[in-house]
Amino acid sequence: MSSVATEPTKAPKTSKDWDMAAIAPFIALALLLVLGYFANPNFVSVANILNVITRSAFIAIIALGATYVISSGGLDLSVGSMVAFVASLMILFLNSGTIADPMLLLITGMLLTIALGAACGLANGLITTIGRIEPFIATLGTMGIYRGLTTWLSQGGAITLRDRELQALYRPVYFGSVAGVPVPIVIIFVTAAIAAFVLYRTRYGRHVIAVGSNEDVARYSGISVNKVRTVAYVIQGLCVAVAVLLYVPRLGSTSATTGILWELQAITAVVVGGTALRGGVGRIWGTVCGAFILEIVGNIMLLSNFVSEYLIGAIQGAIIIIAMLVQRSLMRK
Amino acid sequence: MTVAEANAPVPLLEATGLSKTFGIVEVLKDINLTVRPGEVHAIIGENGAGKSTLMKILAGNQPPTRGEIRMDGEVVSFSGPVDAENRGIVLVHQEILLAPDLTVAQNIYLGRELHKGIFIDDRAMNEGAARAIGDLGGDIDPNAIVSRLSIAQRQIVQIARVLLVPHRIVIFDEPTASLTPHETEALLKVIKDIRAKGVGVLYISHRLPEVKEIADRVTVLRDGRLVASHLASELEPADMARLMVGRDVAKLYPDRHAGQARETVLQVEHLNVPGYAQDASFELRKGEILGFAGLVGAGRTELMEGLVGLRPSRGSVRLNGQPVDFRDVHTSLKAGIAYLSEDRKGKGLLLTKDLRVNLTLSSLGKFVGALQIDRKRESEALDQAIQDFDIRTGRKDILAGQLSGGNQQKLLLAKMMMLDPSIVIIDEPTRGIDIGNKEQIYKFIARLAEEGRSIIVVSSEMPELIGICDRILVMRSGRIVGEVTGEHMNENEIVQLATGVKTGEAA
Repeated sequence: MSSVATEPTKAPKTSKDWDMAAIAPFIALALLLVLGYFANPNFVSVANILNVITRSAFIAIIALGATYVISSGGLDLSVGSMVAFVASLMILFLNSGTIADPMLLLITGMLLTIALGAACGLANGLITTIGRIEPFIATLGTMGIYRGLTTWLSQGGAITLRDRELQALYRPVYFGSVAGVPVPIVIIFVTAAIAAFVLYRTRYGRHVIAVGSNEDVARYSGISVNKVRTVAYVIQGLCVAVAVLLYVPRLGSTSATTGILWELQAITAVVVGGTALRGGVGRIWGTVCGAFILEIVGNIMLLSNFVSEYLIGAIQGAIIIIAMLVQRSLMRK
Repeated sequence: MTVAEANAPVPLLEATGLSKTFGIVEVLKDINLTVRPGEVHAIIGENGAGKSTLMKILAGNQPPTRGEIRMDGEVVSFSGPVDAENRGIVLVHQEILLAPDLTVAQNIYLGRELHKGIFIDDRAMNEGAARAIGDLGGDIDPNAIVSRLSIAQRQIVQIARVLLVPHRIVIFDEPTASLTPHETEALLKVIKDIRAKGVGVLYISHRLPEVKEIADRVTVLRDGRLVASHLASELEPADMARLMVGRDVAKLYPDRHAGQARETVLQVEHLNVPGYAQDASFELRKGEILGFAGLVGAGRTELMEGLVGLRPSRGSVRLNGQPVDFRDVHTSLKAGIAYLSEDRKGKGLLLTKDLRVNLTLSSLGKFVGALQIDRKRESEALDQAIQDFDIRTGRKDILAGQLSGGNQQKLLLAKMMMLDPSIVIIDEPTRGIDIGNKEQIYKFIARLAEEGRSIIVVSSEMPELIGICDRILVMRSGRIVGEVTGEHMNENEIVQLATGVKTGEAA
C-alpha cells in the first residue's frame, strides 16, 4: 500500500475561508450600524431600526426565493414584474366582490395569490428546464410578459383596492405587530427560518446545492436536475406571493411601475449575503442580512447629509461590486 | 518503399534524448527520433504511451524537460507552436479545431486573411481554398458553412488549412480516428502525395493495417519509452501489436477463482446509443467481472451511459429477466445498477463539498428522518466508508477536491455502494491513480464480485482488464467486435480486435 499523495497538500480553498465568506456580510452590517450611529444618533433608535427592517421586507422575502434559484444555478429576472402582476390580480379579485363575506373574500384572495405566485414561478421553471432556454433569457421574456399584462390590466393607470371595509380588515397584515414586533419583520424571520431549514436540513435543499455546484455530478448521482431547478423557481414564485400579501395592505394600489428594478435589488441582496452567483452555495441568513444592508444604506443616506439621496441607486450598484470583490478575495486565499 | 533509407543525407529533424516530466511522473524518457525528407514515420503505442506528448513537443506546444531537437543539423528550441510553424513544422490536430459558423474559405484563411487594400479579398480566398481542397482530392464548396459539413469534410478543411502554411514536416495526430474506410483511403493518398514532394511526415495512429500501408518507418512507444524503431517493411501489424503491449506485469491483481457459470442478471440486446454505439448485445452473469476493452472513442463509455439512462438509447435490456427501460440514473440506481463515471472530478464528486455530502448524495433517502437529514447518521456512514474503503484523509471535514485521485476514486466507489447495487459499472477505475491505490481498487472490485455482485469494468488499460476480468468484450467504432476469454485473454488478441487487424467471431 503506498501512501503517495494521500495527504491533502495545498488546498485551493480551506473550510476557514468559507466561514469567512459566510461571516463577512454580518460584519458589514455591524459596521454600517456603527457608521449610521455616527451619521445620526437617531439612526440606532429602536423605532428607526424596526422601521428600516420593516421596509426591507419585500426585497428580503423575494431575495429568499432568489437564493434558491441562484444557488441551484439559475437566475430570475422576472420577480419585480411578477410582484406587479400578482398584486394587480389580487386587487382585481378583491374588488370583484365575488364572495360576500369580506373575511372569506380576503382569505380566498390570499390563497389565490399564493397559487398564482407558484404558477408564475412554475412557468419560469418549465421554460428554463423543459424549454431549455437560458434562465437569463427565459426570465427576461417573462419579465416583459408579466409587466405587459400588468400595464394592460391597469390600462396604463392604477389598480386600487376600493372596499374600505376590506382595507381596514387587511391593514394589520402590514401595519400590525406581534408582541411589539411589526408583522412584516415576523414574516421575514419566519420565512427565512423555513427557507433555512429546507435548504440546510432537507434532501431537497441538499439537491439544490448539488445541482448548482455541478449539474453533471448531480445527474450522475441520480438527481433529477430539471425537477430540482423547477421547484426552485416555484419557491421563488411563492416568496413573491408572500411579498405581495404584505405589499397590497401597505399601498392598496398597483400600477405599471410597481416593483420596477426589484429583481436587481433581490439579486444584490443574495450576492451581498454571500451566495455565489454561479450556484452551489446558498446562504439564507446572509441574504436576509444583504436585504437589510441595502435598506440601511438608503436610510443612512436619508438621515445624513453627506450624500444626496438621489444617488441611492449608484450606491447600491457600488455595493454589489464591492461585495463581489470581497467574496473573490476571500475565496482566492 | 521510397527513397528514405538509413543512408539518406541530412534528416529534416533529429531529436535526441527527449524527456518530459510532469511533477514526479515521467511521461517520456530518452526518445530519439529522426524525420527524413520524403519519409512517412509512424509513431504507434497504447493510450498513455506518450505519443501525444511527443508530438506536442515536436510541434512547439510544450518544451521538453531534457533532450534536444536539431533541424538541418542545428539545435533549435521552439518558443511556441507559431515558432515551430515558422520553421516549417505543422500539426494536424486529432480534434477538429475550426470555427463552426464561418465558411470553409474563412476557416482556411483564418488569421491570415488575404487583403486587397483595406478590404478582405474573398474572391482570392475562395479560389485559394478551392485549390487547396482540390489538391487534397476533396470536393467542398469554399462558401459552405463548416457546421454543415461532415466530420470527414471538416477534417479535409483542417488539413487544407494546415498545409497552406509553408511546411517541411507535417505531423498527423490520429487523423483517421473519425473517418470511414473510404475517406481514410483518400487521406492516405493525400499523405502519399505530400511525401512525394519531399516533405517529412510523422503519422500517429492506432490503426495498424493503415500504418503498414502508409509508413516507411515505424517507431513504437510504450510507457513513455521508445521500445523499437524499424523499417515498416520489416514489421507486420501483428508484430506491431506485440511490440506495443509486451510488458511484464507485476503481482498487482488479486487472485480470483474462476467460479462456475451462474445465472444471467443483465441481458442487453441490440442496444443503440445514437452516434456512439450500434447493435450492442451482451450478457452479464452474477458474480462476474466483465471487461470492456477498446480504443478511446470506441463508444464504450457512451454504451454504458446509454444503458443506465444518461443518454438516449434504443434496444432491449433485461434485468433478472424483466425488461427495463431506464430514462435517468435515478431509475437505474433504484433498480440496482450503479455507474461510476470515468470523469471523477467532473461527473463523480462535488469537489467543493465535503466528504459527507459527497458520500450520501445518491442515497440521501436513507438518511432522511421525518423531514430532515440525520447528519449524525451521515457522519457514522462516513466513518464506516473511510474504514471499509481505506480512504486516507487526515481530517474528515476536508473537501472532496482535496483528496488524492486514488482516495477520490475510493470515495466515489463508497458513494455508489451506499445503495447496495447488484450491478456495478466502473469506467476507467484506475485512471490517474498511483500503483498502491490501484492495487486496492482491484481488491475492492474482486471483493464486490465475491459478494455476488456483477461488475462491468470499462478500461483502456489492457493489463488491468486481463488481470481482473473473467471475460473481455472488445469494442471498435461503436460495435462489439469480439470476446476474449480464458487463454485468449492476452493483449495481443485484444489489440488486434480493437485496431481491426483481426475481426472477431461476434458480429
